[in-house]
Amino acid sequence: MVKGRSMLDVRGLRKVYEGSGRRIEAVRDLTFTVEAGELVCLVGPSGCGKTTLLKCMGGLLTPTSGDVLLEERRVTGPPPGMAFVFQEYGRSLFPWMRVAENVELPLKQKDLPRQRRRELVRDALEAVGLADAAGAYPWQLSGGMQQRVAIARALAYEPQVLLMDEPFAAVDAQTRADLEDLVRRLWQERSMTILFVTHDIDEAVYLGERVIVLSASPTVVQEQLKVDLPAERDQLHTRVAPRFAELRTHVYQQIQAAKRGSLRDGLTKSDPPPATR
Amino acid sequence: MTQQSVTPRRGWERLLVRAVFVLALPALLVALWWLASDGSTNVFWPPLRTIVKTFPDVWTRERLRSDVWPSLWRLACGYLLAAVVGIALGTLIGSYRRVRAFCEPVLEFLRAVPPPVLVPVIMLFAGIGDSMKIVVIASGCVWPVLLNTVEGVRAVDPVMTETARSYGITGPARLGYLVLPAASPQIFAGLRQALSIGIILMVISEMFAASDGIGFTVVQFQRSFAIPDMWTGILVLGLLGFVLSVVFQLVERRVLGWYHGLRASTRRSR
Repeated sequence: MVKGRSMLDVRGLRKVYEGSGRRIEAVRDLTFTVEAGELVCLVGPSGCGKTTLLKCMGGLLTPTSGDVLLEERRVTGPPPGMAFVFQEYGRSLFPWMRVAENVELPLKQKDLPRQRRRELVRDALEAVGLADAAGAYPWQLSGGMQQRVAIARALAYEPQVLLMDEPFAAVDAQTRADLEDLVRRLWQERSMTILFVTHDIDEAVYLGERVIVLSASPTVVQEQLKVDLPAERDQLHTRVAPRFAELRTHVYQQIQAAKRGSLRDGLTKSDPPPATR
Repeated sequence: MTQQSVTPRRGWERLLVRAVFVLALPALLVALWWLASDGSTNVFWPPLRTIVKTFPDVWTRERLRSDVWPSLWRLACGYLLAAVVGIALGTLIGSYRRVRAFCEPVLEFLRAVPPPVLVPVIMLFAGIGDSMKIVVIASGCVWPVLLNTVEGVRAVDPVMTETARSYGITGPARLGYLVLPAASPQIFAGLRQALSIGIILMVISEMFAASDGIGFTVVQFQRSFAIPDMWTGILVLGLLGFVLSVVFQLVERRVLGWYHGLRASTRRSR
């Protein structure tokens, strides 16, 4: 894959929810680019519209204004080149299907021949270390394993872009570390483009090649930060490296600044939102 | 926890214990009936001994063919018709809020009309043959299926819905892989209710303008004062209901195996 080519373009994205007499401006004005083969983490204070943003990018929500472009083509609905990994793994896998069937289902929709589907399913389950669990039901697995299944489903789909919405927020800390390393490894092995949304600053710095810090809602890009840690990262050494500490401190400060911004903003929140921008 | 429940039991032993549990109360009730009715000289309340003796004479192979089979056939047709219509309409109504708002008042009204009342009306349109009886059965069975399907379809998890959308699972695939399986526990609850309603309506429909069927036979015996024979008919109906419910449970356990497993695992993790 050629690096440096823009894979995902977000231009002037704005999303306003309207309902029952209330207008909520979740995302105000977002512009950023994700290059092909990049692993970018989006981090921001909780409730900052990260999920809204990701859903707009995945074509699950229509933005109020602005565009999302996947390889220069405007996203209007869920594009076949994108795969989602949701936070709620337990509700994202279908409990009436076995693990392999869950992974295979999106491939059936792609009209792939049976042989090819089997290969992809086996390969994806092996990649996440769950080759033995193919015949189990998702609810027979632990939370971390279920999220691995969801990742395998996304891998088998062979997306150009993998969108991950706080995927590890609901698993325990040790499992979480394993899954983070899994994402790093898969990203390196498969040279995918990954956009990883999290509220965890350490996770964002540990995983990302670049971190985009979002402001509090209504969201704008607070800062973009290149993570100049070595490509080979591991839980033991990377997290105690001085550079890691500097980066995470920096991101932390940025998020605190963003929150203060939101406090200021919070006072005016009940007022009608300002005319655009 | 007691020591007993910890020690692993052998398979047949557990089976035996279960069988005793299942059979104890029925056996007790039959015994009570037997004893209480044994010395009875009341014509309408014959001893169970007499009823049991009469049973093989009444429910011959010939009668199974001429009366039980037609009843079962009509029940099956009516029930299946209700299941198909109920699930199809329920899915439609459950999927679209507008359709639901539009249909709800009418559904509530129709549901409230007791189906036996409809028999004379249905007779006017569908005649007095099998089709009338099938329509009567279906018109009663359809409501629990329909209403439960609507609820089941409405309650499909939004995260699953979004997952399906993001992976391009739309249209008929969405229906087959997401909506119907997700609603299936509710649909089965409706089907279960519909089964007992179906048996009741099967009997009732045979009490009007019929020339065969279990319900017809029971009424015939009652009118000709063949009281023990009438009682055997009631026993047959009871047994039929029991067998159908066992069959239903077997099917349900198979189809909803995932659901019971899921529930058990969430209970454990709490």
